[in-house]
Amino acid sequence: MRDPNAPAWQLLLVALAVGVLGVWTLFFLANDLVSRFPRVWAERIRPYIFVGPALLLLFAYLIFPTIQTLYFSFLDARSQRWVGWQNYQFAFTDRTMLIAFRNNLLWLLLVTGISVSLGLIIAVLVDRVRWEPLAKSLIFLPMAISFVGASVIWRFVYAFQPPGRPQIGLLNAIWTRLGGDPIGWLQTQPLNTLALIVIMIWLQTGFCMVILSAAVKSVPSELLEAARIDGANEIEIFFQVILPYVSKTIMTVATTVVILVLKVFDIVYVMTSGQFGTEVIANRMYSEMFRFRHFGRGSALAVILLIAVIPVMIGNIRSWRRAQ
Amino acid sequence: MQGIPLRALILFLCFLWTLPTAGLLISSFRQRSAIISSGWWTVFAHPFEFTQWTLENYQSVLTSDGMGRAFLNSLLVSIPATVIPITIAAFAAYALAWMQFPGRQWILAGIVALMVVPLQMSLIPMLRIYTQLGLNGTFLGIWLAHTGFGLPLAIYLLHSSIAGLPKEIIESAAVDGAGHFSTFSRLVVPLSLPAIASFAIFQFLWTWNDLLVALVFLGTRPDVAVVTARLSELVGSRGQDWPILTAGAFITMVIPLLVFFSLQRYFVRGLLAGSVKG
Repeated sequence: MRDPNAPAWQLLLVALAVGVLGVWTLFFLANDLVSRFPRVWAERIRPYIFVGPALLLLFAYLIFPTIQTLYFSFLDARSQRWVGWQNYQFAFTDRTMLIAFRNNLLWLLLVTGISVSLGLIIAVLVDRVRWEPLAKSLIFLPMAISFVGASVIWRFVYAFQPPGRPQIGLLNAIWTRLGGDPIGWLQTQPLNTLALIVIMIWLQTGFCMVILSAAVKSVPSELLEAARIDGANEIEIFFQVILPYVSKTIMTVATTVVILVLKVFDIVYVMTSGQFGTEVIANRMYSEMFRFRHFGRGSALAVILLIAVIPVMIGNIRSWRRAQ
Repeated sequence: MQGIPLRALILFLCFLWTLPTAGLLISSFRQRSAIISSGWWTVFAHPFEFTQWTLENYQSVLTSDGMGRAFLNSLLVSIPATVIPITIAAFAAYALAWMQFPGRQWILAGIVALMVVPLQMSLIPMLRIYTQLGLNGTFLGIWLAHTGFGLPLAIYLLHSSIAGLPKEIIESAAVDGAGHFSTFSRLVVPLSLPAIASFAIFQFLWTWNDLLVALVFLGTRPDVAVVTARLSELVGSRGQDWPILTAGAFITMVIPLLVFFSLQRYFVRGLLAGSVKG
């Protein structure tokens, strides 16, 4: 696997063999081994053969590292000396960090607010045309595109040429046609943060629409009929029948978007790498890790992200308990 | 809202949503000199003048810019990183749904909690352990990382579908003398294929489109870099080189778009199964 000169197709075949068959074989062998034990013991051990690998991986990749990151967040750059709350103090006082917090908040409000409401509006509207599947597919499509790919798509929309040269970026072409001077959308504050947020809205609206569309379709038609007989117009029906009915789904969708936005990294990394006042927490964490090699600060930022999602975590467990 | 205004509005939204991608796609087939000197929309003035179209950008980005190798690496990462977590999660989900052992409820509650833990929490400690073990920059390392990060959602989704299978079927298999292993592989896996398929699409798209995990655990060395890492590097080094960037971006999108269009139904079903990705 480590031989970079091996022919490409060989690598692919080996990878497939290991990936597809390897794990199954391991489970099969382990199960076979247990079956040789006395029956009572075999049945007692077998569940752990089935869940064991999952638990081991969850522990190795999520639980143990989380505890370590908590610990590292109180140590210095190279995780050798205890520095107390210093990393957190930095996180809440450093100027670029404060910008990152402000931006993250802006991302949360705008992306969640706009993509959820736009998704809901589209879900309701699109329900009434015959070519609904096609329209939904087109709006949902960006979900399949990576954040990096989307960033390149939008970099092209935002492309900037000095005045007098032909604008190849769509936005500047329209803007100059309207008589304005070309704008560096990604360099001008605070436009650039908004420009990045637009990308995320473009990516997430389809997701919100698909989930909310399923919820809107589940509104009982008798309810809608009854409202219409009572003389309610479409807007009243939307606010008084549909909206209350789908409010739980709205919460779920909004929660998912909030978690995603909180960790947004790729878009900022590719578009501006946090320059010109576009920094966000997750990108800053990456910079602390790799550019400044400050593991203490990086860890503290990760912990802040964790603390931000804890309410969601509790909500999740509660609603799961209720569903059980 | 009814009739023509409604249709016009939806049409406009669809147009707006498609426009950025369409512009990039059209540009990627234009001559180098044309991309830099005029907007992509100018092609509509004379769309059938075939001399303006070219495959040159794709040719050069695939060969000299290493996108071809990156494409292969992405397949090498994504396929096992989809199959491994699903297998492990399916076994675990079966055990949690149909086997009796102490601590089941706690494990399930823990998995629900882990679904939202940001993977950023794991990066620094895992990076160090990987460096010590020599797993940094290896495919095995990133398969395991994607597996670990994907497991909570995978177990959660597969558990709710496997636990929902009719009790009689599982019990009658036991009466017929089937052990847990054969009940699982011959009965439960085939019956939960829809759920498995929808999660597979999810995980595949997620690992294919991932940048953060790939940057941290694989890096940008040409022999291991995946398409997203390679493309983001091209943006960094050749940010104004639109012929390269437009074609490069589309190469990263080919597989996800194919998956999206052919398997959209399952993908949507997976989303509707109530997914909160951590």
